[in-house]
Amino acid sequence: MTVTATSAGPATGTFTARLLAGLPADGRVLDIGGHLRVHGLLPEPRAHRRGEPSVIAELEAAGLTGRGGGGYPLAAKIRAVRSASGLTRRPVLVVNGAESEPASRKDSVLLAKAPHLVLDGAQVVADAVRAREIIVWLHRGHGGGPSGSRTAVERAVAERDDRGMVRQPVRVVVGPARYVAGEASALARHLSGGEARPQTTPPRVSERGVSGRPTLVSNAETLAHAALIARHGADWFHQVGTPEEPGTLLITVFGAVRSPGVLEAAAGTTLGALVHAVGALTAPPAAVLVGGYAGGWLRPTEAWPVPYSRAGLRSVGLAPGVGLVGVLPADRCVVVETARLVGWLAGESAGQCGPCLNGLPALSAGLRQLAGEVGRAVRATELPARLARWAGMVDGRGACHHPDGVAALVRSLLTHFADDVAAHADGRPCEAARTVPYLGYLPLPAPDSVARLDGALWR
Amino acid sequence: MALNADAKGQWSGPAGPQLVVDWIKCEAHGLCAELLPEVVSLDDWGYPIIRGPVPPHLEFLANRAKAACPVLALRLTRTR
Repeated sequence: MTVTATSAGPATGTFTARLLAGLPADGRVLDIGGHLRVHGLLPEPRAHRRGEPSVIAELEAAGLTGRGGGGYPLAAKIRAVRSASGLTRRPVLVVNGAESEPASRKDSVLLAKAPHLVLDGAQVVADAVRAREIIVWLHRGHGGGPSGSRTAVERAVAERDDRGMVRQPVRVVVGPARYVAGEASALARHLSGGEARPQTTPPRVSERGVSGRPTLVSNAETLAHAALIARHGADWFHQVGTPEEPGTLLITVFGAVRSPGVLEAAAGTTLGALVHAVGALTAPPAAVLVGGYAGGWLRPTEAWPVPYSRAGLRSVGLAPGVGLVGVLPADRCVVVETARLVGWLAGESAGQCGPCLNGLPALSAGLRQLAGEVGRAVRATELPARLARWAGMVDGRGACHHPDGVAALVRSLLTHFADDVAAHADGRPCEAARTVPYLGYLPLPAPDSVARLDGALWR
Repeated sequence: MALNADAKGQWSGPAGPQLVVDWIKCEAHGLCAELLPEVVSLDDWGYPIIRGPVPPHLEFLANRAKAACPVLALRLTRTR
């Protein structure tokens, strides 16, 4: 690839610190005192409108949607759980801080730096559904993240307890380090005493979740936004972002950029502006990964003007996912990196559904052959068509969305890097792919060998 | 070609119920594709591909396919 430009195109974007407002400059956690100074007290949940707590209509007017990848409106989730619950069937609220995406740091940064905002949001939603318990679900062994978030959350809960601010019992649970363990039905099953593998829906967790109770599972970032909407209202929330997708997003920017990290930007900020905001590129870019490892690839020149929003990303066949932008430098190969990611994602399958159990290893093997890792570079001109066929055969055909995400990643490679793929299939891999040894670029978690040996993989 | 069929021979009349696969239960026995080839075909690994809603005149066969599944992995749902 002969991209020489190191500037990342038009920089249109708004960077507003809402969730990340007032964080101590030394990187320490915003403790309860600091939190109340920056955000003030949470209003009491007394007001009702049309037979439900008024905060639900406020969240609906705000248009707050889930920031864990699903994008489901929080108000609709709250109403579903309310209608499934009763006086003797009080629901459970799960704060999902699993953040299984290996390169994503947004939830762990939020939980480690501003845990009170997340707990405030949990309080707002727990009151709205009359939850009996709040569970904070974290992920075992995440490079530095979860232990930091766990300590911060537990300390924050203790601080709130001291001030008499805890209305429902709060429990922190650290789940297994598996990609699909953060899926709502998987974590509900684990929290009911089983393995953290996804389950068939229906029933949805909103009807039968943790121990058979109606369960509301919401991403940590989503709840933090809810805490601010409860304070400032829907109109305030709409002051940034686009009319269809209001508010800010936390986005992890990493790869060939000067200072990788987590940004808070208005929805609709362009990918170019996001990269510019972390100090621009450190090398010519080969490809841009958007939304997560089960997200999709774009060519850099095509990526920079795209707004980070559902509508903007849909126009190039992608989705916001978890809020992630990764820049692959030109000395690495997008085909080899996709093969690495799909190999890892195939190993993260819960192995329950036939199309995922068979299709992901098939895609992984095909991509490795295309990448030239199997028997070095060979001509295999039928491979791209076969990969497209298998992507179609796993898409939407599982109990959870894990296979759909892998299909999306493979399709983005076949669509946006068709000529690179064709060259590889023709036995002419790019120079980067021929570099021996090829050093993998995108970080992948080391296999959890101890858990695998003692059979505790999903516990 | 049957009445109410499109160019590919697919049913284009009023839509009936939808066959839904429980992917965790399904073990690729393939009986559904044997009994209802008009709606069900198999992927490269033998798992069912449901091509569309069940045409009303095949509902009887769809119910039989559902009952014949050795692991009871099929449901018939009516949406709309």
